[in-house]
Amino acid sequence: MSKSKFTRRGLLKTGALGGAGLAMPTIFTGAVWADAHSGFTNAPQGDTVTLGFNVPQTGPYADEGADELRAYELAVEHLNGGGDGGMIPTFSSQTLDGTGILGKRVEYVTGDTQTKSDAARASARSMIEKDGAVMITGGSSSGVAVAVQALCQEAGIIFMAGLTHSNDTTGKDRKANGFRHFFNSYMSGAALAPVLANAYGTDRKAYHLTADYNWGYTTEEAITASTEAMGWETVNAVKTPLTQTDFSSYIAPVLQSGADVLVLNHYGGNMVNSLTNAVQFGLRDAQANGKNFEIVVPLYSRLMARGAGANVKGIFGSTNWHWSLTDAGSQAFVRSFGTKYGFPPSQAAHTCYVQTLLYADAVNRAGSFNPCAVAEALEGFEFDGLGNGPTLYRAEDHQCFKDVLVVKGKENPENEFDLLEIVEITPVDQVTYAPDHPQFGGAEASLGTCNPGA
Amino acid sequence: MLGLGKKDFSLLMLVLVLTMLAPFILNPFPEGSGMAQFNAGYPDLMQRFVIFGIFAIGFNILFGLTGYLSFGHAAFLGVGSYAAIWMMKLVSLNVIPAMIMGVIFAGLFALVVGFISLRRSGIYFSILTLAFAQMSYALAYSVLTPITGGETGLQLKSTDNPILSNLAEGEIGRASLFGLDMRASIELEMGNWLFTLNMGYYVAAFVMLIAFYIAIRIFRSPFGVMLRAVKSNQNRMNYTGLNPRPYTLAAFVISGMYAGLAGGLMVAMDTQVGPERMFWTASGEVVLMTILGGVGTLIGPVLGAGLIKYMENIISKINSDILHTWFAFLPDGLEDLVVTLIYPFIGKGWHLTLGIVFMLVVIFLPGGLVEGGQRIARLFGKRRKSEDGSSAGKTTPAE
Repeated sequence: MSKSKFTRRGLLKTGALGGAGLAMPTIFTGAVWADAHSGFTNAPQGDTVTLGFNVPQTGPYADEGADELRAYELAVEHLNGGGDGGMIPTFSSQTLDGTGILGKRVEYVTGDTQTKSDAARASARSMIEKDGAVMITGGSSSGVAVAVQALCQEAGIIFMAGLTHSNDTTGKDRKANGFRHFFNSYMSGAALAPVLANAYGTDRKAYHLTADYNWGYTTEEAITASTEAMGWETVNAVKTPLTQTDFSSYIAPVLQSGADVLVLNHYGGNMVNSLTNAVQFGLRDAQANGKNFEIVVPLYSRLMARGAGANVKGIFGSTNWHWSLTDAGSQAFVRSFGTKYGFPPSQAAHTCYVQTLLYADAVNRAGSFNPCAVAEALEGFEFDGLGNGPTLYRAEDHQCFKDVLVVKGKENPENEFDLLEIVEITPVDQVTYAPDHPQFGGAEASLGTCNPGA
Repeated sequence: MLGLGKKDFSLLMLVLVLTMLAPFILNPFPEGSGMAQFNAGYPDLMQRFVIFGIFAIGFNILFGLTGYLSFGHAAFLGVGSYAAIWMMKLVSLNVIPAMIMGVIFAGLFALVVGFISLRRSGIYFSILTLAFAQMSYALAYSVLTPITGGETGLQLKSTDNPILSNLAEGEIGRASLFGLDMRASIELEMGNWLFTLNMGYYVAAFVMLIAFYIAIRIFRSPFGVMLRAVKSNQNRMNYTGLNPRPYTLAAFVISGMYAGLAGGLMVAMDTQVGPERMFWTASGEVVLMTILGGVGTLIGPVLGAGLIKYMENIISKINSDILHTWFAFLPDGLEDLVVTLIYPFIGKGWHLTLGIVFMLVVIFLPGGLVEGGQRIARLFGKRRKSEDGSSAGKTTPAE
């Protein structure tokens, strides 16, 4: 990299040199988005470090994005020693002391992913190229997460995934520079199946409605595999377009199909609409094969439950975290989030807050912002006190392994946030899988090598 | 020179100078100053300026000359992108074959879509193209997932091994031009200013200059005159015994190829494709760019593309914290008030700001930014004729 200092006196000379540089393309070789002085992209200079928070501020997941941004702002405040410190005191690794990261004050830039991979990459690239961000985090759809993760791998930046549930993020599309704290489709299936078997029996016939895109496919695959393993039968799996708002025509054939359970592999607005339609069609009161007809929603979030209103009552699903958890970490987080914003955080906010803390701690432990050093510090890292119990960042695929919550819609909610109740906390052993599991790209999937960018 | 009139040649030279010096012109504020937020001279945004410039130039050949408003142009951009990334995945990491493939596939697709859609004109034509584009989007998003990667899209992976590039095992390929990495940059530090000269940007800018030159030639050719005749009165053309269909179809295919070139370049600059690139909002965006800049003018669409991409990337990144630092000099209460007033227009509100700008332009400058430039030029009493170079010397308002 040719990084030259010029005095103002030498401006003329500079112009000539610049021209010569343009005319001689060989000068371009070897130089990348990097800072040669410290051997990795965007090495923080001075007494501040910049993080990039790339969340959907417009588009279908704007609600989740807004909550993520709140969590990031809270995390920065806590890292810089403001507020009550949130989860920092409960975090098992005690390297964070309110003086920023490695003694550098944390600053941040924000961007709008619009839930589009192009816009997300444009925003992430501007953070890297213009603002000098040393870590990018965020996202609330797997397509965006995979796209930005690949970009960060190319650029030599650490990517801490936000809300992304598809197996692919740490499956076939896993990258050495990318890390995910959130759980995934496989874990949802593995956690839900035993609870469903207990509640509904092992001789059920399931009918799947699946959102017609990657997340829908991996979720359907995971749920089908785990429920069939305990004796259920899958009658039919129908793909529904993502933009569908009225699911009547998809719900109508369900009762005639001989199925007695409907699985809605839908997220966000899709799930709100399909569940509402299903309840309107009277599926919940129906009988099939001599049993009560049941509905299951693999991935739940509080924001979705609020959208579906009373329809969620008694319906099972899984979630990464819920604000009603009573461990010290969760309580500390809910308290400081509530104090600042006046309502409890969503699971999206939780995972984003935790990811920021984990990154900061990994840098402190590694003693460097170098992505390779940070990745090494995160790989195989075991921690506790961040709301999910003992957790492992697995080295083979950069996925966090922790307990999964099985929840169901509360029958008598006390307020507008108290919509889900925890049915069971599925222990981590039950949701652990091999890194080369076929649902995760099989033996072919590999992290590649860590890229510091220089 | 180059077969251009004097005025067109000077316009081309102006564009040449502007594109070559863009890294300097777009970075007017020193690093670390409060205004550095408004600097646009970083590689990604500059690349987007020229790529969407090409897209809008091509769209303008159809819309500006024939008056046919295609509402599905993003489909060609997407097809070009998918063709280009498959070329890079399978054959070569060199960007030139990728771009050529993008142009060819987009051209073929445009031929099919144009052949069907051009049987109707006016709003029916627009709806038909919109339907085709949404169909392509839906196909790419789900049905064709094995080819398009679905929602996740396609990227270069460590498992890709193009036949003509010898990559080490597990190495992720990078787009290059005969070995020159598209992401290579040199940084010039002058005093407090930092300028980034990016390889990829200069390749894209060079391609745009060629595209711009070809557009000038088309505008000035007898073919271009025929296209204008289609716009001004198609019935009269029919009565004089001329069949406008071949001309409109040719214009449609050419403009589809421009879109394919833009799509191929996008992949060359940033090796990934997602289906949202084909969504109808992306088609609408290029219509906005063209109208904002000036329909039927040569330089207008490029300016419009630049303005929209600037707003999308710069305004959307301003958050309330940044506002507070700007207005920190005001007394506390006043500071909060000013921030509250401005806040809806920045960050996620960038669409709102764009909408207001668009309305102002359409109401007060029907000829787009180019007309604004002309009015300013006239204001300064310079008796020069318009610099936009349209043959009539004046702009034609949007339909």
